[in-house]
Amino acid sequence: MSGINDFCFKIGTVNGTGSASANGLLMQAIFRMGIPVVGKNVFPSNIQGLPTWYEIRVNKDGYTARTAPFDLMVAMNTGTYARDVAEIKSDGYLLYDSSWPMAKSLLRDDVTVIGIPLGEMCNNTFTGDRERTLMKNIAYAGALAALLAIDMDVVHAMLQEKFGKKKHLLESNYKAIRLGFDYASEHYDCPLPFHLEKMDATRDHILMDGNTAAALGCVYAGATVGAWYPITPATSLMENFRAFCERYRKDASGKRNFCIVQAEDELAAAGMVIGAGWMGARAFTPTAGPGISLMGEFVGLAYYAEVPAVFFDVQRTGPSTGMPTRTQQADLLSTAYLSHGDTKHVMLFPANPEESFTMARDAFDLAERFQTPVFVMMDLDIGMNDWMCRRLEWDDSYRPDRGEVLDSAALQKVERFFRYVSENGDGVAARTLPGVDPKGSYFTRGSGHNKLGDYTEDSDEYREVVDRLVRKLAAAAEAVPAPEIINQGGASAAVITLGACRAAVLEGLDRLREQGVVLDYMRVRGFPFGAPVREFLARHEKHIVIEQNRDGQLRSLLTLETGIAPERLLSFRDYGGLPLGTNQVVEGVLGLLQGVEVSA
Amino acid sequence: MTSITKPKVQHPSSTRNALGLTRRDYEGGMSTLCAGCGHDSVTAALIDAFWQLDIEPHRVAKLSGIGCSSKTTAYFINQAHGFNAVHGRMPAVATGANAANRELYFVGVSGDGDSLSIGLGQMCHAIRRNVSMLYVLENNGVYGLTKGQFSASADIGSKSKKGEANVQPPIDPVLLALTLGASFVARSFSGDKAQLIPILKAGLRHGGFAMVDVISPCVTFNDHEASTKSYLYTRQHYHEVAPVDFVPLRREITATEATEGSVRSVTMHDGSTVHFRMLAEDYDPTDREAAYHYVRAAHQRGEVATGLLYIEEGAADMHGVNGSIEGALTGVPYETLCPGNAKLQELMEEYR
Repeated sequence: MSGINDFCFKIGTVNGTGSASANGLLMQAIFRMGIPVVGKNVFPSNIQGLPTWYEIRVNKDGYTARTAPFDLMVAMNTGTYARDVAEIKSDGYLLYDSSWPMAKSLLRDDVTVIGIPLGEMCNNTFTGDRERTLMKNIAYAGALAALLAIDMDVVHAMLQEKFGKKKHLLESNYKAIRLGFDYASEHYDCPLPFHLEKMDATRDHILMDGNTAAALGCVYAGATVGAWYPITPATSLMENFRAFCERYRKDASGKRNFCIVQAEDELAAAGMVIGAGWMGARAFTPTAGPGISLMGEFVGLAYYAEVPAVFFDVQRTGPSTGMPTRTQQADLLSTAYLSHGDTKHVMLFPANPEESFTMARDAFDLAERFQTPVFVMMDLDIGMNDWMCRRLEWDDSYRPDRGEVLDSAALQKVERFFRYVSENGDGVAARTLPGVDPKGSYFTRGSGHNKLGDYTEDSDEYREVVDRLVRKLAAAAEAVPAPEIINQGGASAAVITLGACRAAVLEGLDRLREQGVVLDYMRVRGFPFGAPVREFLARHEKHIVIEQNRDGQLRSLLTLETGIAPERLLSFRDYGGLPLGTNQVVEGVLGLLQGVEVSA
Repeated sequence: MTSITKPKVQHPSSTRNALGLTRRDYEGGMSTLCAGCGHDSVTAALIDAFWQLDIEPHRVAKLSGIGCSSKTTAYFINQAHGFNAVHGRMPAVATGANAANRELYFVGVSGDGDSLSIGLGQMCHAIRRNVSMLYVLENNGVYGLTKGQFSASADIGSKSKKGEANVQPPIDPVLLALTLGASFVARSFSGDKAQLIPILKAGLRHGGFAMVDVISPCVTFNDHEASTKSYLYTRQHYHEVAPVDFVPLRREITATEATEGSVRSVTMHDGSTVHFRMLAEDYDPTDREAAYHYVRAAHQRGEVATGLLYIEEGAADMHGVNGSIEGALTGVPYETLCPGNAKLQELMEEYR
């Protein structure tokens, strides 16, 4: 079924050799040819020497989910030859470095082998180990340019942009590209049967990872304080925030309108965000599962003392250290009720970088409106992979929702201010900010307090406050982003999913429809679940919950929070750590539907 | 039990500060600590320090962790904003709060359990960052709220109320702070208000992290004969390095007190001055190495060296290192913070 602008290929290399820039070059060149493309980086938790892969899918219809097996494998790592060759489609192609005798493990009867002496050519052309190693990557990119018909003008323009000021590097890269391109052109029929042809389908799009988009969301939402502890896969979120702030957040004299603190650990990072939120700043911390675990105590404080705080959980594979460079959606339950005592937290579930941008903004608004911690539940696939998404847009009329905050003028109208006495329709009590007015002072505490803000050990006074928090979270459920729902004509069964699964699930539903299986679709985008989620659940007899964790955590949350009978929620779980693939969805859904009557 | 509100009665003859406020205006709720607790004396000294410096109550952010000492933020300056954080984590909250609004006076009150065990890392890193705040460590060598366990500051051989001797070496916050590069390190005694108040005042005006370790005896669990953190032991082994006078900026010295020995002055970042009345020895409070060795030597002699032991004015605080704007980040209008859609569209070209 592969063909023009519809195929996928995979490159297997060793990490630390500079292959990432060659792979990025390939993907960007395809994108600039106007062809929808997506790349998935499957990398080790290591600096140098372990296997790493890059998967590129080209799809004229704009499907961006991961797909395997592959039409073409670029096997550059002898250590992974066997498993790489096994992932090639029947009648597919294998590109390998033929500088040395071919390994037996590469042989497969149904695969066409393309040998190019990349190492030998680079050894003859370049000097020094580092340059020879780096240029070998650029050389395979050149070979792929010939085999897949990548526009060489586009490639040259990109190299010019990247190395224009470094003449030596530019020349080396040109040379290396030509080495691969010319050898492939001279020795093989180029292009291959599946290849690229220019389109005009990426004009309004960008290639961006979710951590970059979320960082931009923080800048645009007006965040001024960021605290963090480095952790894969969340690190680049704060690094990007810093880079954008250096660009957009300095005043005329070069002074910074932001303060980023690299904390001693995630506990401290959470505390800093809470301290800044108490003062009235928009503050956030990016982290991953291990950090979320450490932040638990502080999150309970923010919940109970009602301090706004924004957390980004770029989820990775757990439990414990788990697989830090693999993706998962396995922090749902632990985050929903993070911390001891009765707690519940607002979570947002972006599906891609574009939503990471908008939901970063939403998170700050919700945190301040409801005076509570808000978690943006991303994952490694969204955060660290480059996605093709629509250009980000910002509505200049946006102004932050600061929630119920009494300034000096408002305080003069009340006889005395007490922290938790007033209550708006959302169960939120107006707060004041430190330093603003003598009348607004109050004491923030995680110990038992009454609505006046005073310490208490009185049952009734305690209950009065925590019961209001229940009303507050119920109101928040209706304020989180509404679910994405696709009704396909009153199907009796539906698929429910969240986050990055969206890409594979939507493509899977299209394929299932072609096979006559018609299912409705809901992607939850926020927690606690609001009325639209309950209504959707009520409309269908059976649901298949598709998510990326072992224990069906979204299914558990739906059962716990909506009271839906568990037997009405079938479960498909993928938890191997790789982005969800379309084939998995199709096969999984068909398997679960055996014996279930589906009417449309 | 709910909190106890202290009746506010102003005596007509109460002295008023430059803001027209009396000491009572700097008081807080009624203390619920044990009668005779050293912490209450520290609270009283803090009240005096803020009152004497004419600091507007609502411009004070007072923070603490968990423990007896951490309760005391509720006992001074009702009109300040208070934050009772989680155990040992006050420094992080103070750091974030200071990052957001550097214009307030920050005072953190902690104890030896809060600062030297569960929160040791946080305290160390707040020192490293030179977060501008007065950090008062009320040090009694014991866990009071959980009824008498040794803390990390208990001396070897010091005995608990039950007669058990501590066997682990103590962590000395003063030596630790000096090692970590703290820009203001002092030790005092809750029983010596005359020494403590000027130190607290200097700490409040210091442009960085001001560590004030205060020996503050626990009358219930650690004030017995075999304790080295008791009132009696501290009084007997107390050794003042150099009494200090703190002279805020723009206040004339009207009378020169009779001083023994020479006077050494250090000008603070805001122009205020600290005068050290040098006693017998020629102690240099701006020499970190000398301060360290002095405190060590005193300890080895069985003495507790007290006073403003080290001061370094001019070191950049967290915002200085960050290159932050002069004012509070919370005061920057959103319109200044948001780059706008036109800039975003330019940026999008870089992602194509």
